[in-house]
Amino acid sequence: MKQYDAVIIGAGVTGSAVARELSRRKGNFLVLEKESDVCEGTSKANSAIIHAGFDAEPGTIKAKMNVQGNAMMDRISRELDIPFKRVGALVTCLDEADLPHLEELYRRGEANGVPGIRLLNGEEAREIEPNLQETVCGALLAETSGIVCPFEMTLGFAENAAQNGVEFCFNTAVTSIEKKEKNWVLHTDAGDVETKVVVNAAGVHADELHNQVCEEKLEITPRRGEYMLLDKSAGAHVSRTVFQLPGAYGKGVLVSPTVHGNLLVGPTAADSDEKENNSTTAEGLAEVGEKSALAVKNIPLRQVITSFTGLRAHERGDDFVLGESAEGFFDAAGIESPGLSSAPAVGVYLAEKIAEKLNLPEKPDFDPIRKGVVKIAALPVEERQKKIEENPAYGAIVCRCEEISEGEILDAIHSTLGAKTLDGVKRRTRAGMGRCQSGFCSPRVMELLARELPADMREIRKNGKGSEIVFEKIR
Amino acid sequence: MKHDIVVIGGGPAGLAAAIAARDSGVEDVLILEREQELGGILNQCIHNGFGLHTFKEELTGPEYAARYIEQAEERNIPALLGTTVVSLERQGDGILITSVSRQDGLLQIEAKAAVLAMGCRERPRGALNTPGFRPAGIFSAGTAQRLVNREGYLPGKEVVILGSGDIGLIMARRMTLEGAKVKCVAEIQPYSGGLKRNIVQCLNDYGIPLKLSHTVVDIHGKKRVTGVTIAEVDEKMKPIPGTEEEIPCDTLLLSVGLLPENELSKEIGVDLSPVTGGPTVNESLETSIPGVFACGNVLHVHDLVDYVSEEAEQAGKNCAAYVQRKAQGTEQTAEGKIPLLPQGAVRYTVPVTLNRDRMEDQLVVRFRVGQNLRNATVRVQADGKELLRRKRPVMAPGEMEQVILRKEWFTGNEKEITVWAGQE
Amino acid sequence: METRELICIGCPLGCPLRVEVNDALEVLSVSGNTCKRGEEYGKREVTAPTRTVTSTVRVLGGKAPVIPVRTATDIPKEKIFDCMEEIRKAAIAAPVKIGDIVIENVAGTGVNLIASKAVGREE
Repeated sequence: MKQYDAVIIGAGVTGSAVARELSRRKGNFLVLEKESDVCEGTSKANSAIIHAGFDAEPGTIKAKMNVQGNAMMDRISRELDIPFKRVGALVTCLDEADLPHLEELYRRGEANGVPGIRLLNGEEAREIEPNLQETVCGALLAETSGIVCPFEMTLGFAENAAQNGVEFCFNTAVTSIEKKEKNWVLHTDAGDVETKVVVNAAGVHADELHNQVCEEKLEITPRRGEYMLLDKSAGAHVSRTVFQLPGAYGKGVLVSPTVHGNLLVGPTAADSDEKENNSTTAEGLAEVGEKSALAVKNIPLRQVITSFTGLRAHERGDDFVLGESAEGFFDAAGIESPGLSSAPAVGVYLAEKIAEKLNLPEKPDFDPIRKGVVKIAALPVEERQKKIEENPAYGAIVCRCEEISEGEILDAIHSTLGAKTLDGVKRRTRAGMGRCQSGFCSPRVMELLARELPADMREIRKNGKGSEIVFEKIR
Repeated sequence: MKHDIVVIGGGPAGLAAAIAARDSGVEDVLILEREQELGGILNQCIHNGFGLHTFKEELTGPEYAARYIEQAEERNIPALLGTTVVSLERQGDGILITSVSRQDGLLQIEAKAAVLAMGCRERPRGALNTPGFRPAGIFSAGTAQRLVNREGYLPGKEVVILGSGDIGLIMARRMTLEGAKVKCVAEIQPYSGGLKRNIVQCLNDYGIPLKLSHTVVDIHGKKRVTGVTIAEVDEKMKPIPGTEEEIPCDTLLLSVGLLPENELSKEIGVDLSPVTGGPTVNESLETSIPGVFACGNVLHVHDLVDYVSEEAEQAGKNCAAYVQRKAQGTEQTAEGKIPLLPQGAVRYTVPVTLNRDRMEDQLVVRFRVGQNLRNATVRVQADGKELLRRKRPVMAPGEMEQVILRKEWFTGNEKEITVWAGQE
Repeated sequence: METRELICIGCPLGCPLRVEVNDALEVLSVSGNTCKRGEEYGKREVTAPTRTVTSTVRVLGGKAPVIPVRTATDIPKEKIFDCMEEIRKAAIAAPVKIGDIVIENVAGTGVNLIASKAVGREE
């Protein structure tokens, strides 16, 4: 049985951030992930926002981690090559009667130590964001709010961790946990592993693991959030993230540019009892359409290119559960919004606790730099030309909507924690994410995967086991 | 690199345009094609039914394409393959085209004139906003067609098809012949947009039910499609509660419309029609930018490739005339544009304006209607004066229609021309 | 006597045809058509329906894994699946020219299966 100092369960953004921060230390670390790639759960389907930190109740772990995490993002995005833009956010108030709540939000921001916030009246808000509805009567501007690519963020942490020696095991689900003397034994569907420390970053399933070993039980409810993603032609409709102040209309939905230039609207919020049900519903999508129009006018909803549902891991206690819940068992549970924003801080916090416990020395050769797949089309002309001369595959466009070359797809397949599936290629390169939604490029990407992995075309999957794309070779 | 005419796209439209431009006397014509071979989407349309108008015989897609590829080769018209155009800009009174390819890297090509012939793409699932899971097993009909016909793989065994466009119907037959079970074709409209012949020979021949006024309201299966729920829709196309039916299947094919691919046209600032999604063109098939012409499915989605070729030939010829006028220093901007207005059941016309001086003796005006009509009439008027009236026993949104206008009917001073269709 | 119901494919009108045949499959009457072509289609479709079959055949040593093929002319409709059976088993070595015979007398129909696209040798 293989022995580790720490095993992290879950390769979402939280687990990956913990892995990256742990990799600054000497030790044997492993990440177990039940899906076939990083970022397959809650981390991939959310608002893609780095929140400023005014939303959480002062004094909560959420508030602290959010504000710290936000402040770390400039460095993190530089080190890990993560697309991140501090575009700012506006929380819009749609009813004069709710203005006191807006002011309360401002005070909460101050209490949480959020920099760069101020209150605007309706006109001031419309001046900087002309597509706001006339009904917007006030807004809280938060300059430090940002937008990020959640997949690149998770991948950045995970790849950097792997570069610095952390092992990753995909398609491996932990079925149960057992105490063995001072250590833990994790039973997985691919065998057992033994470890001194367990990090529970299992998203919506974190309560199931926690409850196997802790007296005090957790209860995580998947909270469904449905979104619609609009074409890039709608991407400039707003230039900041526009939230709605929770009020008589309910929680409200946001309208935000994405870091790749699309427009995102959503989410709904509905508690569910199915932890794997990320299907969208006609009602949910209709609700997103209706509610988004309350704060922002003329959203070109007809330009929707895809819709999706995220499952937020909502814990009964309404706060993150962070820390050593049992001897050698560290929780990162109940990580719902602002989980993405908090991940950098959560990573440091837990890694330090674990390092202290196991007395792990620093690793002098830790390399904090990770490079993502270079977007060839975004390079200046001379550099792009040079790249193509060095490797002609950078000149062969495979995904015409996003202008992604064969060379970039090969890079994605052969990188650290390389892509093995269509979704894996898509998230690393954006091939297939454009307006045709992979209609033209998917057969070509499948061929490249089959050639490079190598694998039979029938083994090429969209994502996890069971998502094979073609069934039978007919000729 | 400088060329007189650059044709963007080497499918049926681009080929016919390039050939016509050369035959009209412009020597320096270049085709840019993103795939590794000419012929465009015809290369995967292996079924028969092409060319009845053009060649008076029934060809398959690849055979139809081969006829034009041969003509281009006979004329030694150069084509850069595997070459994707990544930007299109105006430069002086010409056009600057930037392309990228494996062999040449980034190329900047200065053209005196260009023909847009990029074709169209399929409307994807996301655009329908169909609720449900997002598993493997959802394909646009054209993607499935490529997997079956070019790669030799069957994407599924039990299939439901949403949309009864011709590609969907063709794929229903194709997958049946390869051993798949096509459970039904659901069409949200109360009629099919596909050709009658395809309904009979692709569905009826194999006992595949066509469910009109039905759509997919839910998609099941987290990893791979395990089934879909279809429901009947009312006249506003809203699903009627209580009519849901779950159909187990592993594959959902979508044949729900084609969209002209005009991202490059937008970049250079060509005006687009909100109805067709293609450029608005004048009698010469010239877009709002002088020297930029358009033809084929990038201009408006056609039903038959024969009409694509015919239209592209015209665009190529006109583009050549433009280059020749330019060489002679003749005035390019002709005075007097008469707008063509769609009326009644007519949704749009191509072209949208005409100039009497620039028009040939006969001008083909293509259009589509927005509803099924029986015993219909097509009427063309200029400032209220009737120029043409034709009886049509039947008109359907799926079929492209045309009328031919004669130069002798016009003085050049008309304020507007209306093209009307309906029941009198 | 028996009545068959068909949709005419002659034009977009798509007339619903009723074709009456006797036990010897001789056409007694065609109704529902609006033109002469419809009548002829109805008769032919009931007595001797034919179709062109198009598919693909595996290529050996070619630039592409498969080539498109077609029956040179229509074959009897009831032979479609027999024809597919032979197509599935067939293979042809590159290079292939358009019109090359891939299977002679496919499924005993007297019609050849021919290539509808050229494929060069693998480089």
